[in-house]
Amino acid sequence: MVPLRFFLTAPWFGVLAGLLLVWSGEDAFSSRWSLPLLAITHLLTTGFMLQVICGALLQFIPVVIGSKVPYSPWLSIFIQPLLALSALVLTGGFAAGSPRLLVIAASGFVLGIGIFAGVVILALWPRCQARLIQWVVRCSLISLVVTIMFGTMLAASLFRGTHAALNPLISIHLIWGLAGWALLLLVGVSWYVIPMFQLTPAYPVWFKQGFLGISLVALGCVSFGWAAHATAWTAGGESALLIIAALHALLTLWLQARRRRKINDSTLLFFRFAMVCLLTFALAGILAMRFPALMDRPDFAIGMGMLALVGVFTSVIIGMLYKILPFLGWLHLRLLNAPISEVPNMKGMLAETAMRRQLHLHLIAFALLFAGLWLPWLVRPAGLMLAISYTLLSWNLVSVMRYYKAFRNRLKETIPIRTDIKHGE
Amino acid sequence: MTITRLLIAHHKKCDDMMLATKELAAQLDWTKVDMILRELFTELEKHLNVEEDVIFPAYEKASGIRSGPTQVMRQEHRQMRDLLQALQQALAGRESEIFIKMIDTLIGLMQQHNMKEEHVLYPSCDRLLVVETFLPVIQNRLS
Repeated sequence: MVPLRFFLTAPWFGVLAGLLLVWSGEDAFSSRWSLPLLAITHLLTTGFMLQVICGALLQFIPVVIGSKVPYSPWLSIFIQPLLALSALVLTGGFAAGSPRLLVIAASGFVLGIGIFAGVVILALWPRCQARLIQWVVRCSLISLVVTIMFGTMLAASLFRGTHAALNPLISIHLIWGLAGWALLLLVGVSWYVIPMFQLTPAYPVWFKQGFLGISLVALGCVSFGWAAHATAWTAGGESALLIIAALHALLTLWLQARRRRKINDSTLLFFRFAMVCLLTFALAGILAMRFPALMDRPDFAIGMGMLALVGVFTSVIIGMLYKILPFLGWLHLRLLNAPISEVPNMKGMLAETAMRRQLHLHLIAFALLFAGLWLPWLVRPAGLMLAISYTLLSWNLVSVMRYYKAFRNRLKETIPIRTDIKHGE
Repeated sequence: MTITRLLIAHHKKCDDMMLATKELAAQLDWTKVDMILRELFTELEKHLNVEEDVIFPAYEKASGIRSGPTQVMRQEHRQMRDLLQALQQALAGRESEIFIKMIDTLIGLMQQHNMKEEHVLYPSCDRLLVVETFLPVIQNRLS
């Protein structure tokens, strides 16, 4: 199970983010540029999100596109630890205010993501019918490379001590990371997994094509605006990105309301919560464009960041993990050629109550984080709740694997099973 | 009409039957569960057989790929048939909890299986095969 290493490592970055918030307390929320907040942000993005997304891509690409990712076991063995280590060094760099560590971390990301993106893009090269998703994954990975490139430029600027004009570079780094990499991939993957998980009607083709096209044009406008100091282009591109994000959230909520599988499982609730947060984020973003002074307020700017990272991206990712891991466990037990009567069903791999409990902790952590913007004494409890929520996530994911291993060992003792299943399968 | 559209419509028909069966099992209406499950068996068998007898061999011949997607699809068909048998046993024993968990597993397996077929295999068949020749054969086998 190639992606497992990525999935099981990821929650610990969330735990670290929570503990860092407990350690730094209200200082973290003093400004959107505070060093503890930057460290926490990057623990969630380059730690939790990047780990799960890389693992999920290795799982998702063969399913949707039909072509296997070459060398995927090697990516898991070498690239996963490199990315994890780079995320830790980056966090250390922010926490300690050390530009040298930031440069070292950036070099790790350039190497790791350079290889990962190169291999995945090559795997997507053969012409197949699922061309739209191929383009989404390609563009998202290219956006990730661009994000890391801007991040490396930022680290190098800080290392050289040229602190002037960092804000525009930070903005472009942020937009390529949030809209180009994370949102584009989230939306593209949603087109496939939401109809599959919840039996909703399909996303209309015109919407999918329009979303991809507008995203790319908007990112182009923002980048041109940044390079040519043309603020109208930047504002136009940002507005377009916010509008299509809001439309995606509305369309997803509407499709979910029309789902044929009428169960409110944890994955559905994580996705719904994420879509409400995405809609709120887009509306807040539009408000901030109309009243730019809002972004100077730490509570508004940090609140936007919380909506995006804790509200949207990590929620969707956790919801997906709760579908992917039990399925992988079930599939691999079945691949051992064990009789169906001996194999636990997918729902038996992880109890709904365990997932629901973690969802509640996630929501409480989100509420406390928000409340902490105005009630500083709540910042530490918010961090603690975030750490507990991710610890429970890790516990849940590990329990799937323990369940899988226990059954596999039991099957080995009682039934002659296949022993030629390779980890990469 | 394309092979993709025809088979997607049949997938949807089977999905609806699975969902209905699950709801009825939750209500312990075993007579109706039995009735719809029989219908589901028939439809699903027709679907799996037309793929294994007609579509997969034609795709393998046209593409020259014998150990690729079709091999995975056949393997998953075996898993579906195993699950159908397990459902029959749960139905015979009137074990609603086991039945619902089994049908949830079947729904989960079929959704990811269908996604691969609908996005990769069927569109490739539309591209590689003479659709006008194959469509009547598939329609006939599914009717």
